[in-house]
Amino acid sequence: MDEQKHHIVDYLTNIKVWVALAVLTILTVWVSEFNLATLTVAVALSIATIKAILVLSYFMHLKFDSKILIIMVLVTLVIFLSMIIFTFFDYLYRK
Amino acid sequence: MSTNSQQPEVHHPVIHRDDTAKKLGMWLFLFTELILFGGLFLVYSIYRYLNPEDFSNGSHHLDVGIGALNTMILITSSLTVALSITAIQKNKPKLAIGLIVFTIFCALLFMVNKYFEWGHKIHYDLYPGTELFKALKPGEGLFYVLYYFMTGLHMLHVVVGAILLGIMANYIRKGMITHDNYVLLENGGLYWHLVDLIWIYLFPLLYLIH
Amino acid sequence: MTTTTLPNYLEDKQGKKGLMVWLTTHDHKRIGLMYLAALSVFFIVGVLIGILMRLELLNPGKDIVDPQTYNSLFTLHGVIMIFLFVIPGIPAVFGNIALPLIIGARDVAFPKLNLFSWYLYMFGAMLALGTLLVGDGPPDTGWTFYAPYSVKTGTNVTMAVFAAFILGFSSILTGLNFIVTIHRMRCPGMSWFKMPLFAWALYATSWIQLLATPVVGITLLMIAVERMLGIGLFDPALGGDPVLYQHLFWIYSHPAVYIMILPGMGVISEIIPTFSQRRIFGYKAIAYSSLAIAFIGYFVWGHHMFTSGMSGPARVIFSILTFLVAIPSAIKVFNWLATMYNGSIDMKPPMLYAMGFIFLFLIGGLTGLVNGALAADIHIHDTYFVVGHFHYVMFGGTGFAFFAAMHYWFPKIWGKMYSIKHATRAFWVLFTGFNILYFPMLVVGIMGMPRRYYDYLPQFHLPNEISTVGSWITVLGLVYMIVVLIQGMRKGEKAERNPWHGLTLDWQTDSPPTLENFEEIPTVTEGPYEYK
Repeated sequence: MDEQKHHIVDYLTNIKVWVALAVLTILTVWVSEFNLATLTVAVALSIATIKAILVLSYFMHLKFDSKILIIMVLVTLVIFLSMIIFTFFDYLYRK
Repeated sequence: MSTNSQQPEVHHPVIHRDDTAKKLGMWLFLFTELILFGGLFLVYSIYRYLNPEDFSNGSHHLDVGIGALNTMILITSSLTVALSITAIQKNKPKLAIGLIVFTIFCALLFMVNKYFEWGHKIHYDLYPGTELFKALKPGEGLFYVLYYFMTGLHMLHVVVGAILLGIMANYIRKGMITHDNYVLLENGGLYWHLVDLIWIYLFPLLYLIH
Repeated sequence: MTTTTLPNYLEDKQGKKGLMVWLTTHDHKRIGLMYLAALSVFFIVGVLIGILMRLELLNPGKDIVDPQTYNSLFTLHGVIMIFLFVIPGIPAVFGNIALPLIIGARDVAFPKLNLFSWYLYMFGAMLALGTLLVGDGPPDTGWTFYAPYSVKTGTNVTMAVFAAFILGFSSILTGLNFIVTIHRMRCPGMSWFKMPLFAWALYATSWIQLLATPVVGITLLMIAVERMLGIGLFDPALGGDPVLYQHLFWIYSHPAVYIMILPGMGVISEIIPTFSQRRIFGYKAIAYSSLAIAFIGYFVWGHHMFTSGMSGPARVIFSILTFLVAIPSAIKVFNWLATMYNGSIDMKPPMLYAMGFIFLFLIGGLTGLVNGALAADIHIHDTYFVVGHFHYVMFGGTGFAFFAAMHYWFPKIWGKMYSIKHATRAFWVLFTGFNILYFPMLVVGIMGMPRRYYDYLPQFHLPNEISTVGSWITVLGLVYMIVVLIQGMRKGEKAERNPWHGLTLDWQTDSPPTLENFEEIPTVTEGPYEYK
């Protein structure tokens, strides 16, 4: 992690991100009114993930930070997801 | 970097300021917070998988309106924290303080909403231990337990985050956070965004997935 | 370099008085010693409880304690040894003391946070020991706090669980501190692959502390809330699943096993090249294998649950992954042996403990594979075989590495030297006692003696007798070792700056170092083990 210039995210970019988050929130509530059967969870979590990526990249400056930090975030997510997936190896095959 | 002090009795190591280290430290702390909630998400996903019907029923009884309103409040507060950092970087401390105060106001609004939401349920005896609760199907009971646990723990983080931001606003006022030394505010902001991030997932998982 | 005029860190009081010199210090070496003092006390308490248990098991039937007391004894022995000694152990004591020294820094990245971790640790420890004194008796669940029993029992589980929660946070903050320190504070010229291997081991360990500990935090919180409010998260009557508790517990506690052993391996990786005066063999392989152990360690927790009712495919997957962990561990052992080949080996006490580590860890590791094999584990699960294996890894591994580190950095910490002759004798007593104590456990486990019982069938009598005698010899060895070290600390001869002729930076500064460690921050041009 080398010293880097401090990148300033200007007001307008932040506000644009906020608009996107608001639209996505309305979208996810609107979509939940329909019966999407098995896709419900996938759609809701996908929208949430897009929102999370927006918050992480712009509000939390990850897009402008060093690569090593992004790698650390990814490793954390991989380990977190593996915890869930490996636990499901048990529950999926329970009789 | 450091020179030997002339008085051997009292001397302090001269350690230069390292903003990157402080920020890295904050991120590492956020990872632990993420995994802390991660344990609850794991429990949620397993029990949801085991009791799909009951979880769907339970979810139907939550007020999507309040949930959506709180989501809007939180993303707005996230915006204002981000803006306050931009403001301090552009050397506008008063604007920065104003934005933080607005953020704390959002946090209070969020808590008031939650108070009414929880209060409503508790008014109808919908909490562990009551006769009504015991009459629920086991899966529904688990759903509400997780609902209380997850939103409760999240709420605790909202309170802590709001207090932290209050301290930051005070630091700006005192001139301890300035346009060329604002890593503390950045860290406070990161914490607040984490609170938002968790809610971004809590909202659909608890309120929307019928 | 000339000797500095500054006082060393043991004498430099920074204008403070009495105990405040210690209790308000931000110096990593002092904080390390404060951990050492606290840990030693808890270790002795743990050993005493262990002795009592062995005494009870001397003969079949009741010898000295009743069954309920015995349940509390093994729970407290586990909680104290694991949460108060082995997990914080090497990182908190020798990580704190040596990490800034070996990477050429003046302190850790966040010295105040470091002191705060110590206070958290002490607070957690007091809570854990407090379960003995207040409430309805000490917990009797075993250190694993398995639900649903931990939710139902009337003993003082809530407090013990809360203690573990606090201790977890202390551990997380130490890990956080070390990661930032290693990223940001290496001296000029010290690239990642010129960093001593102990720092690599601590780095890998810190990531486990950071990313696994919160899981047990939230799990124990659930147990505490469950006990207070009866929410039914792990209660089958209310729809909960007790096996899920086991998943959550081992998602942390298996990686925690690597929190315990990785720093030990790091210590050994420092000692072996120094006492062989040889360049370490396979530096990168050892460094990467630390990361590999940390990473794979996250995915093997299920092997603790082969008999808990997990699904068939999950058991097979976890068993296979368990075997994968053995590979990086074996890579380390082979590299250590290859380092010693053709070296001029100096059998001083640190090296003896390192050799002891390799021998005992080998037995512990191989019996671990027996446990990890699905079919074999069905038979030996919850027998004394597991107890034997566990102690070979934790005491023979981590414990011996801890003692190795203590003998290795002793002259650096105190500026004095212990009696090499007596320390060597103490090692042999301890090593002999250890094997007499634990090897019979492996045998009696294969014979079918279950663990966590205060009584046993008559046919298990002889191995248990031998084991109990072994426990006396072990304690004799421990006492001998401690007396030798305390004597050295008080009256030992003045030690040189670099008595072992090591090449890492910790040996290039004064013994004991000043508060700022180095007069000038050193610059590094070559790797840490370039012995000629």
